[in-house]
Amino acid sequence: MPMLEVDNIHTYYGNIQALKGISLTVEEGEIVTLIGANGAGKSTTLWTIAGLLKPRQGKVFLEGEDLAGYKAHEIVYKGVALVPEGRRIFAKLTVAENLDMGAYHRSDRAGIAEDLERAFTLFPRLKERRSQVAGTLSGGEQQMLSTARALMARPRLMLLDEPSMGLAPVLVENFFETIQEINRDGTTILLVEQNAHMALQVAQRGYVLETGAIMLSDTADGLRQNPMVQKAYLGME
Amino acid sequence: MTMETETRFNWGEIVRLGLLAAVIALSLNLIGLVGTFAGRDIIGGMVSVGHVFLFGAALGCGYIAAQRFSGGGAGNTLLGGLVIGLLSSLPLVVLVLIAEPLNLRQFMPYVSPALLEMLTFGQGQALGSLILIVVASVLGLIGAGIPLLPSRVRQPLIWGLAAVFLIGLLAEVIILAWGNQGLGLAIRRFVFAARGLSILGASLVFLIVVGLSAWWNSRGEGIKARVNALPPERQRNLRWGGIGLGILLLLFLPMFLRTYLTEVIDNVGLFILMGLGLNIVVGFAGMLNLGYVAFFAIGAYTMALLTPSEYGVAGLSFWTALPFSVLAAVLMGLILVIPVLKMRGDYLAIVTLGFGEIIRILVLSDFLAPWIGGAQGILKIPNVSVAGMELVKPEHLYYVILAGCLLALFVSWRLRDARLGRQWRALREDEDVAEAMGINLVKTKLLAFAIGAAFAGMSGAIFASKLGSIFPHSFNLMVSINVLCLIIVGGIGSLPGVVVGALFLVGLPELLREFAEYRMLMYGALLIVMMVARPEGLWPSEVMKRELRAGSEEPLPAGFVVSSAER
Ligand SMILES: Nc1ncnc2c1ncn2[C@@H]1O[C@H](COP(=O)(O)OP(=O)(O)OP(=O)(O)O)[C@@H](O)[C@H]1O
Ligand SMILES: [Mg+2]
Repeated sequence: MPMLEVDNIHTYYGNIQALKGISLTVEEGEIVTLIGANGAGKSTTLWTIAGLLKPRQGKVFLEGEDLAGYKAHEIVYKGVALVPEGRRIFAKLTVAENLDMGAYHRSDRAGIAEDLERAFTLFPRLKERRSQVAGTLSGGEQQMLSTARALMARPRLMLLDEPSMGLAPVLVENFFETIQEINRDGTTILLVEQNAHMALQVAQRGYVLETGAIMLSDTADGLRQNPMVQKAYLGME
Repeated sequence: MTMETETRFNWGEIVRLGLLAAVIALSLNLIGLVGTFAGRDIIGGMVSVGHVFLFGAALGCGYIAAQRFSGGGAGNTLLGGLVIGLLSSLPLVVLVLIAEPLNLRQFMPYVSPALLEMLTFGQGQALGSLILIVVASVLGLIGAGIPLLPSRVRQPLIWGLAAVFLIGLLAEVIILAWGNQGLGLAIRRFVFAARGLSILGASLVFLIVVGLSAWWNSRGEGIKARVNALPPERQRNLRWGGIGLGILLLLFLPMFLRTYLTEVIDNVGLFILMGLGLNIVVGFAGMLNLGYVAFFAIGAYTMALLTPSEYGVAGLSFWTALPFSVLAAVLMGLILVIPVLKMRGDYLAIVTLGFGEIIRILVLSDFLAPWIGGAQGILKIPNVSVAGMELVKPEHLYYVILAGCLLALFVSWRLRDARLGRQWRALREDEDVAEAMGINLVKTKLLAFAIGAAFAGMSGAIFASKLGSIFPHSFNLMVSINVLCLIIVGGIGSLPGVVVGALFLVGLPELLREFAEYRMLMYGALLIVMMVARPEGLWPSEVMKRELRAGSEEPLPAGFVVSSAER
């Protein structure tokens, strides 16, 4: 049974249809990437999976269980964590408090301390700055914080929305290594990325989204070899 | 934090500030503030609050100029302050000269002979005008000089002046509380003049406060460090000792304050209670609520209807009716929150504003008048009584209000650091992320409104029993705005801030009857000044403080994350 199964979802903003029947699956332990142009519906897909948007048609299954009846916060309890696009950290709180917020619904003190240590090992930069106000972190550091905060919920499935945005090229590689490390520790990852190069390097499989529909799906290698993908997303002629 | 850009000294800016000071000083004269407060002496026969209004602009603008040109030379800055003071006095001199020939009083009622007398220091037009110019110029210069002082000198000086101002301002009240016998009388004769402080008293207050402040400046850090170095056990004991001492003081307060001041404190207490409630909604959860008075009204009317009042239907005692009043307010809070669950910001403000008005209009309506009295209100609400004894005097009611405030403070304090408090905080910061992080938005909002409403309901219930009668006009929009202002001025989200804000915005105006006419004007001016000079409030919460000096690093206590996650 797949970790996540999205079955033909149609999501609307008012009368505007953003998703026109998306289907995808993510197996346990995988990194799957979702690539596509601006406005293709990548964020909308993640929001729908997280329960923040409700599909007008279609279903989302988590380990076989239909999520339709669950509210967004209940889906979090089920082990799904969304890292939203664009560094949505709590700007007025410190780094430590932000991380603390990520674990707010947990009460296992030892587990939280352990996860905090792990977050700091994965992102040593945050450890140095644990008492700094998050709003004053650099853009890249905020991005790391956003990911680390989601980790504090100890999710089984992480939905990452453009986590490398705004990172310096030197850091990008490092960051994706971290994501692979998180994955190796047992977290399944659905990764939305502009940086198709990197995304296809770390992911095992990928989907290409265009105007609200899946155009292509293949293994990461397959997609990298695909001339259309090369042209549109990898910048090769 | 706004970056203080270092501007080069320029005369254009000085002249602009001078003109600004002139406009402020002139308008404060023309609208009567200077004249009205001329009788409120700070130092008997010498300096009145009127003088503060008269010269405050010169002092303040001089100060601003010096801050703005912090890079320029001291000489230039001081000269600039002098010019600002000079400019600020010129329109007043013109006023003095033309007032009588043009009979300005006809259309400017506040330009009275008394005001002109004050402006010329009783020395006639020529000499008086000269003195006015000199004094204003010197004060402009002093204003410009203050930022030039090293902070080790400046801070004690400012504290000293503030203390003299405050004690002089409240002299009448302090004398009232002090009593007329024995040692009290002797000290009083010594420190106070017929109105305000005596010169000796003012010097004494000034010196003591400057001394204390200087001592704290040099030793305070050391003492704090010593306290922080104590084992946590001892620190906790120390803190509880402090709290215990504070409560003990509060218990004996009415004995020092006597009836009139206790009455004022009672009113302040009712606003503290409301402020704590609104602080949960606005300060903790970040939802603007402009109809907050509705819950106060519902608490009051429920109390009136459940006790044997004019329209009473149940004949309960205060204590039995109190939980129902709170419950009614909570229910109303839950009803209101449902339509606004999806709303944010301005929409929320408008809907809650409308809600407050609906409740007011309902209690005022003829339709409901047979049951709740309409515009005539409800009379004969019985007093609070304990063990068969009626609590009529403010000194007795004080304890009921104190208990309510302490309860609300305790609840707010515990909730702030609990899981719910953190949910509110996340909600305030970013609603979408909060939801994505697993926070149940509906429940979180519901609880904020319900608890906020509960405190207001309690306040309303006590209010009704305290007055013995209630009228719809007591529940107008101004109450909501008052409460909102007091949390803003105190410091949004800060519990001590609510208390300070209420003392400041509710207590002070009641003590200074001159305020009555200018209350709204003062509120407006105060809010603007606060937003510019101290947006974090008088006693800001930790988060606000941090936000405003973002960037400066301050280590968190060790184990912070773990210990707060545990609760
Ligand atoms: N709140 C909204 N209201 C209306 N339309 C929206 C809203 N959010 C997104 N859309 C529309 O839905 C479509 C998909 O948007 P989405 O944010 O999912 O794109 P995306 O693939 O994440 O793009 P990007 O790479 O730029 O982040 C776009 O056409 C967008 O304009
Ligand atoms: Mg997007």
